[in-house]
Amino acid sequence: MDSFLGRYRNLSVLLLLVVGQLLLLAYQIRSSQDVPLIRIWAVAAVAPMARGLEAARAAATGFFSDYFLLRDVRAENARLKKELGELRLRNHFLSAELASAERARALEQYRARIPSKTLPARVIGAGAGADTRTVFVDRGASDGVQKGMAAITPEGIVGKVIAAYPMAALVQLITAQGAAASVVSQNSRVRGALKGTGAALCLVDHVQNKDPLAPGEWFFTSGHDRVFPRGLPVGQVTLVREGRGGKEVLVEPSALKAPVEEMLIVLDGVHGLIPPPGQPAAEGVSLLPPPPAEGASEPAAPAPNSGALTDADRLAERYRRLTEAQGVQLGVKGRIADFTREPPAAPAAAPKPEPPLP
Amino acid sequence: MNRLEDSFALGLAARGKAARFSPALYITAPLAAILFQVYVPRFFDALSYLELPLLVAIYFALMRRKPASGAFIGCLIGLAQDALSPHPLGMNGISKTLSCYFAASLSLRFDVENPVLRFILGFFFYLFHEFFFWSLSRGLLGRQVDFPIPQSVISAFLNAVVAAALFSFLDRFRRED
Repeated sequence: MDSFLGRYRNLSVLLLLVVGQLLLLAYQIRSSQDVPLIRIWAVAAVAPMARGLEAARAAATGFFSDYFLLRDVRAENARLKKELGELRLRNHFLSAELASAERARALEQYRARIPSKTLPARVIGAGAGADTRTVFVDRGASDGVQKGMAAITPEGIVGKVIAAYPMAALVQLITAQGAAASVVSQNSRVRGALKGTGAALCLVDHVQNKDPLAPGEWFFTSGHDRVFPRGLPVGQVTLVREGRGGKEVLVEPSALKAPVEEMLIVLDGVHGLIPPPGQPAAEGVSLLPPPPAEGASEPAAPAPNSGALTDADRLAERYRRLTEAQGVQLGVKGRIADFTREPPAAPAAAPKPEPPLP
Repeated sequence: MNRLEDSFALGLAARGKAARFSPALYITAPLAAILFQVYVPRFFDALSYLELPLLVAIYFALMRRKPASGAFIGCLIGLAQDALSPHPLGMNGISKTLSCYFAASLSLRFDVENPVLRFILGFFFYLFHEFFFWSLSRGLLGRQVDFPIPQSVISAFLNAVVAAALFSFLDRFRRED
């Protein structure tokens, strides 16, 4: 028997294993029962490794997922930053455009309101040289701009054209050294000569120590320099102190508080009125007259020719009232009107009291 | 032809020369193969055709050159595989026991270190295992299952390719007896 098993050892082992498993199968099939012990052992051997593998896989997946997520976040962050920069730039551009449009609109409204004939101009560059306080505008001799013309804005005077080229003109700001304008104060009617100092403030010369002048008072152009029409705002007094040859008065030009982008070149100036004391300077703000008192009658309609805007209009109105009061008809031979007499009082609906002509 | 026969036939020097392995490898390699079959197809369904436990069992049977040992190894690996499968215990066990027994028997006559022969043996024993498993399913369990020949041949080919590579890898852990 031993020799048989030894000779057929391999076959015996095979038969043993196969028969054993067949019996195992037969048992399972016959009894419809499993052999849980073997399965438990197998699962107990494999499960920890599977769990470890799963944990490693989850960790690796999580790591790579987070990594790629972070990469995406970084890329998205960079994209958003770029987009934000572009939007900021666009916003800045649109804000500048809007401000420019508003300035242009205000300039246009101001241009329609004032009697002088003006030409809108845009600053296209600054004059060469350090602290020259000159700017180039996009209007030149071909547009009718000539040397000596005034440059203004609704806020006040800007300067004077010192050179006119075919396609551009050079404007000297009122703050430049050598720039000057004849001015008069609003309340005390103190006259003086505004001079640029090369700094932000201008000096008003020829003001006597006895002249009443206080900080905050407005100066307007008087028209005597034959450059700036009368009645344009110049600026407010910032400093007043007595000196040896007269008062030292410093004025901050109202038009040059901020960089000037657009301006009006005065092609044909017409003198205007200096606002009466107490009335704020234009400064781009339009104020209606105070409302009538309760119970007051409706204001009369203005006279047909009472809307005098210029000196010529006012002079014509004065002569018309004079001749009407004296019964003289202008342009007809006969009696001559006495123009030295004062004309009768203006009708109640007369718009504004006329200040004395200088 | 003579050279091919010579290369397949076991030389005198190699005859009876069995390989030995570390005991740890007898545990870790089958476990890794079973783990691979249990775990990897969850994520890569295309790899479910791989019968790594069979290939590992065939390798040990071929290298041990002892049919009894081969049958024993095949039995254990097959039973372990059955334990983790829904099949009754013994289905894979019997199939692998027979496959490994015949593989070990063949290793006594051929040079199983030849890569081409390894490929052929991998192809053949995969088909043998599948066919025997199918036979047991029909004969013993009475299940009406098909045996798709083209699909089985393709799977056998792919397993043979993997077998050639896997056997070369496992050769690194071999110690000559």
